Amino acid sequence: MALTEDGGKGRARVSLPPWIKTTALTLGSIAVTMLGLLFVTFIIGRVMPIDPVLAIVGERASQSTYDAVFLELGLDKPLVVQFGYYIWDVLHLDFGTSLLNARPVSEDIARVFPATLELATLGIFIGIVIGVPLGVVAAARKGSWIDQVARVLALVGYSMPIFWLGLMGLLVFYGILGWVGGPGRVGIFYVDVVPSVTGLILVDAALDGNWDVFKDAFSHIILPASLLGYFSLAYISRMTRSFMLEQLSAEYITTARVKGMSEWDVIWKHAFKNIRVQLITVIALSYANLLEGSVLTEIIFSWPGIGSYITTALLSADMNAVLGGTVVVGLIFILLNIFSDLLYKIFDPRAK
Amino acid sequence: MYHFRKVLFAGVSASALAIMPLYADTPDNILVVAQNIDDIVTIDPASAYEFSSGEYVANTYDTLVRYDAADTTVLAPALATDWQIDAQNKTVTFTLREGVAFHSGNPLRAEDVVGSWKRVVTLEKAPSFILTQLGWTPDNIEQMVTANGDTVTVRYDGDFAPSFVLNVLAARPASIVDMETVMANEVDGDMGHAWMNKNSAGTGPFSLGTYRPADILSLDANPDYYQGGPAMDRVVIQHNPEGATQRLQLEAGDIDMAKNLDPGQIAGLEGADGVRVETYPQAAVHWVSFNQKTESLTDPAVWEAARYLVDYEGMADGMLKGQMKVHQAFWPDGFPGALTDTPFIYNPEKAKQILADAGVETPINVTMDVISAPTFVEMAQALQASFAEGGINLEIVAGTGAQVITKYRARTHEAMMLYWGPDFMDPHSNAKAFAYNADNSDDKYASTTTWRNAWMPPAEMNEKTMAALAEQDADKRLDMYLELQAETQAEAPFVIMFQAIKQVAMRDNVDGFVNGATSDYVFYRLVEKE
Repeated sequence: MALTEDGGKGRARVSLPPWIKTTALTLGSIAVTMLGLLFVTFIIGRVMPIDPVLAIVGERASQSTYDAVFLELGLDKPLVVQFGYYIWDVLHLDFGTSLLNARPVSEDIARVFPATLELATLGIFIGIVIGVPLGVVAAARKGSWIDQVARVLALVGYSMPIFWLGLMGLLVFYGILGWVGGPGRVGIFYVDVVPSVTGLILVDAALDGNWDVFKDAFSHIILPASLLGYFSLAYISRMTRSFMLEQLSAEYITTARVKGMSEWDVIWKHAFKNIRVQLITVIALSYANLLEGSVLTEIIFSWPGIGSYITTALLSADMNAVLGGTVVVGLIFILLNIFSDLLYKIFDPRAK
Repeated sequence: MYHFRKVLFAGVSASALAIMPLYADTPDNILVVAQNIDDIVTIDPASAYEFSSGEYVANTYDTLVRYDAADTTVLAPALATDWQIDAQNKTVTFTLREGVAFHSGNPLRAEDVVGSWKRVVTLEKAPSFILTQLGWTPDNIEQMVTANGDTVTVRYDGDFAPSFVLNVLAARPASIVDMETVMANEVDGDMGHAWMNKNSAGTGPFSLGTYRPADILSLDANPDYYQGGPAMDRVVIQHNPEGATQRLQLEAGDIDMAKNLDPGQIAGLEGADGVRVETYPQAAVHWVSFNQKTESLTDPAVWEAARYLVDYEGMADGMLKGQMKVHQAFWPDGFPGALTDTPFIYNPEKAKQILADAGVETPINVTMDVISAPTFVEMAQALQASFAEGGINLEIVAGTGAQVITKYRARTHEAMMLYWGPDFMDPHSNAKAFAYNADNSDDKYASTTTWRNAWMPPAEMNEKTMAALAEQDADKRLDMYLELQAETQAEAPFVIMFQAIKQVAMRDNVDGFVNGATSDYVFYRLVEKE
């Protein structure tokens, strides 16, 4: 911390180090974003033509039961007051109770988010491992058969309904070939066999050293993860190809080739190096989308993730659950943005 | 490059071998069911009010009297071995069964009965109205229900037929819970409600194993059940909302039972090895109603014409095959007192004539709300086509269940296509819904089909409904309900069309599954695997 003179008036002013300013600005930005996000979601929930009391008491409850729950939910208070109460509770990490299963929302999110995290992480891993090299090779061999294959894969990935592809995948790989496990995160006989430490079954099984459970869980996750991975790779490979084509037509690439540099070095050490920052954005966005939860994939594969949790809650006006889920998804986007910014600084000297 | 390919091939082969093939038949002592269970809000019998939670309560709790798995059409002794009704028909005295224990090992006491019902009335959750019909309140419940040794005396305030009182006490919220255990887990005066959403405390043939909302519900056998322990050591209900994948699981042998298959998926199972489909009549009736706050729908000629504008047989034999059958009265077929006449057929010419004779101008344009679920939307579309033939143009407004019910409760709909299942197996449950309205004022909220459609039945119909409720002669009482059904067929702004049928696909070796008329009568106790 440094002291600076203030023009000879005899008082010193405290000048904060830059990292504190940056951190404060970032936290402020997160707070404002989250507040805006919560406000918009809260208002949407209140203007929806659904009575949240009916979602709890059912359509045949007596008027006195209805009134009791109405008051219990604080619906008699002005919207601003309701929102204020909600923010106060969130600040105390209390997301309230889900109207649809009468359990704390934080408990629900702790249960459904790891399921989505596990699926999305494996999905994006597949998307990166296949999508990036495919895009690079397609650009380097523009017009070749591999380029055509990459383009068709991307096109199919964009246009094929995930619901249909998921069902076909299940029919072929589970129903006919029996190569993979069916719906659910784990076979019915391995439910609760390993203690839940992280909520990620593959990790928990590995930590427990129970490889039977690990194998079974892997057989259940591989198909939905591949499906999500395919849709990610369609986007990632297409964007990689596009970024690479731009770089490969640049003059410094021609210079490198003229100097006799090997094609491998030209592509991977020069052109690819320069698209890393753009790729980070593409991958971060893809990952964030997967972490929101893929509702259709979760439905087809009976995957108890955050996507179907928020959707079901929204359709039933379970606003505590919706707002709790929104906070989590919002945080994911913000954290991934911050992470991307950090990576920019590592890969791009100009950003330091 | 050769080595690379060899390594790649070996890797891929090893991966494939490591994960194939994974399925096998389920063990002989475990029943695995695939079912959509995301409707469950709570599993406490004081508040459980959904289909899936009803099935859970039926298998983990008992009532004093009940429709048992052995015969779901007969009210039989359960936790009470016998009961006496006094001469004035105001008191029933039950004698408790000896030697019954809760899952905790605590013995069943008369105080548990009083405490369980007091808990329901005090918590005042959704199904509490079923018990409070007897005139019970949090303040008087301990005077109305008293324990004395191994007997429980029940008093009620009102003129009720004895069968009505027994049916109320056989309903889900009348389940007996282990009050000692429940109150030991009370938090902030919740009478153990939060604990009961994660645990069971009943005397039923099963206790709760694992429950994770919209994920899994497993039941562990109670070997000490007073009617004998179940053959299955465990029943695992895996949440799966998608019928297509349920079918794949069933054919693969990964599950024993698939409960949410649509007609196309059921048809697809025809000829499948080791799988059969069982059909169970259900108590829910499906209907279209007309809100009397909509001026164009107040003429009785419109109601009568509408009854001839439904292609009953065409729909039942086509899109609803195996899911619904034609039924045109409010009390479902298969239960005493049900009117099975089907006087209406699809006849658009007759409908047009009725409207013309009454001087009703056509076309009549009306919106019809419907729950946006596959079968309902298809039904609405079929009605839209057939009603148009008679000069009634239906504009379908599809919404989520919550949206539709919100609108229905506020009486802001015009026409509505919905269904009604009885809360308990007494004809009054449906008579009150379709033939009775005490007060049609906007602020006199009632959950009945009559009030929600702003229809005030004729005074005689109202009186007959209450008279049937009080009628002591069982046969005469049933006759009164037959008359009420015929009267509503002729005079009410409702078009009752179908009765639901449930189809469950299961492996051939599964035997003894009982699926009664409502979710309260779904039993796993007698299931065996051959």
